[in-house]
Amino acid sequence: MAPITTLHYLVVAAALFVLGVIGVLTRRNVVIVLMSIELILNAVNLNLVAFSRMWGGLHGQVFAIFVITDAAAEAAVGLGILIAFFRNKETVNVDEVDLMKW
Amino acid sequence: MPSFITNYLDKTVQVTPGQYGSPFWALVYILVVFGGVSLAVVCMNWLERKILAHMQVRLGPMRVGPHGLLQPIADALKLILKEDIVPEGADSFVFLLAPVIILLAVFSVYCVIPFGPAHAITDMNIGILFMLGVSSLGVLGIVMAGWASNSHYPLIGALRSSAQMVSYEIAMGLAVVSAVLMTSLNDSGTGTLSMIDIVKAQNTQHIWFVFKFFPLGFVAFFIFAVAMVAETNRAPFDLPEAESELTAGFHTEYSGLRWSLFMLGEYAAMIAVSSIAITLWLGGWMRPFPNALSGSTWDLAFSLFPALTFFGLAGMTFYSTVRMPKHAFFRVQTIGLGAFGGVFALIGLILLVPPVRDRVQDVYWFIAKIALFLYLYIWYRGTFPRYRFDQLMKVGWKVLLPMGIGVLMLTGIVGLRTEIWEFLQRLVHV
Amino acid sequence: MLSGIAILSGVLVITRKNPVHSALALILTLLCVAGLYLMLYAPFVAGVQIILYVGGIMVLFLFVIMLVNLERSEKEKQFNQQWLPGILAALGLGTLFVAIYIKGKNAFPMLPPALPEADNTQRVGVLLYSNYMFPFEIASLLLLVAIIGAVVMAKKRI
Repeated sequence: MAPITTLHYLVVAAALFVLGVIGVLTRRNVVIVLMSIELILNAVNLNLVAFSRMWGGLHGQVFAIFVITDAAAEAAVGLGILIAFFRNKETVNVDEVDLMKW
Repeated sequence: MPSFITNYLDKTVQVTPGQYGSPFWALVYILVVFGGVSLAVVCMNWLERKILAHMQVRLGPMRVGPHGLLQPIADALKLILKEDIVPEGADSFVFLLAPVIILLAVFSVYCVIPFGPAHAITDMNIGILFMLGVSSLGVLGIVMAGWASNSHYPLIGALRSSAQMVSYEIAMGLAVVSAVLMTSLNDSGTGTLSMIDIVKAQNTQHIWFVFKFFPLGFVAFFIFAVAMVAETNRAPFDLPEAESELTAGFHTEYSGLRWSLFMLGEYAAMIAVSSIAITLWLGGWMRPFPNALSGSTWDLAFSLFPALTFFGLAGMTFYSTVRMPKHAFFRVQTIGLGAFGGVFALIGLILLVPPVRDRVQDVYWFIAKIALFLYLYIWYRGTFPRYRFDQLMKVGWKVLLPMGIGVLMLTGIVGLRTEIWEFLQRLVHV
Repeated sequence: MLSGIAILSGVLVITRKNPVHSALALILTLLCVAGLYLMLYAPFVAGVQIILYVGGIMVLFLFVIMLVNLERSEKEKQFNQQWLPGILAALGLGTLFVAIYIKGKNAFPMLPPALPEADNTQRVGVLLYSNYMFPFEIASLLLLVAIIGAVVMAKKRI
């Protein structure tokens, strides 16, 4: 088996990122869109930690901790918005948020 | 014997099997811990019913074996033989997965519990962080159990239970952080998150953290004690699972063996959080008064405690044997009880032998402290009335959380008082 | 192997009809990513990930899924009206990644010997409080704003 280089971690992170982007762009259910955003953030984190290992300093890990914290805050606010939205429209489909369409 | 077995038994090895890298001994430790926990859960079942009964001036189970000793076995048999019901319309994958997740979360905590300086399954250097994280996985299992049952009582019970557990996790975390802060007040100035090193820090600082900076350590311990009772959904915080409130809450729809998995998870979680509290505040595996009453005579006196407890248990059993009714119907039970007492006396005699006595000290004191905590749990259940759910959340957020923050800040200030004083003096003088 | 499970559960996240199943798949993905962090000798980040992401955010997600659980959402179509352009855009992004990797394959050297893991937490803590003190405080402010924002958004009457 080839030794595991940083490239392998970056490939995994890129794959997770692409999956998250597909999820954000194609799903109708808002909750699943938010979960795909979390997937994207995780891919970014994996990238950060892999590079932190490659360059030897711990700055990447500290940045990854900040990203996790921010993801938590954003998920909380996003779900709050979702609850407010659900209270108005009784649905969780993004297709039906079209009050401002022409 | 093959070398992978013997190279860990070498006397110079002072680390846990996980750190040493020996998978065979790690597996042995895992099996021993698992067996011990299962045995403890069975004993807890019986002890809880008997002690609660005696607190309520009644006798508890007396029929099944002598003094109800075979009651847990009868209960286990009944639960195994019950029909396994999966509710119609329930999401069966999630329904079957929920107890498994709770058990996984609870039993993963046992990987880092230190029963002695080298007697843990492994010792991660993020031990406390790992335990806090993994016990929050249990909340997921409860949410899944409530949702997958497809009926409103379990759903409400699961929502309430998980809200309660999440709120008290924060108070637990703050108390844990203030205890970890106290580990850093040693000479080198760095603290540690590893469980074994926390107990060693208590050893080098010559004080159990519950008594350090009195009353700060005690308040932190008190916060953690209350939060851990709420975290395991035990009385007086057992609204989500109390039988008179919500028809047994989130595990209403589970029958037979799956329900016993939930009970196993609950008792195992009780033991797990008790051992976290013991490691952080009560000195882990150290005997009481390790430094005030030190010296070889006191060591010898304290080392006789394991044997003495087993002799005490044997004495109580023989006393009950003598007081059994002298009727032919009870002959088998009397003989059984006598044999049980004989087993206790035999274990006590084995523990008097000096080599066994020295090796069993750490594990014995740890288990004795766990037993004390479990007795406290049962005592709370028998004494306190149940909290209403809004009172429960009020206590968690408005009482314990500010107390936790206050204890944390005060511990920091008091712990660093010399540095802060020097800093202020330099500010004033310059 | 951990990466394989992570990617597989990522696929499950975006394809399941039932949002609870998606949430469970996301939990599996997050746990696999935490395992990958452990392999990268970052135990503190792995611990923080398990506590915050799996124990906090996913519980929040499951709460909200249970609250907005609609029976009819399982019978509707689950993919967007613009799913084809979406997938094409994502595949374009993926091709970009692949091109970058093929060109720059030699820019990522072998992993150097790892930092000792025993004091990883202490060193991260030192960094947090010395170099990154300012972002640390701002992150706490951000969390405060998020708490207030979430409470305000989800209240029934302001």
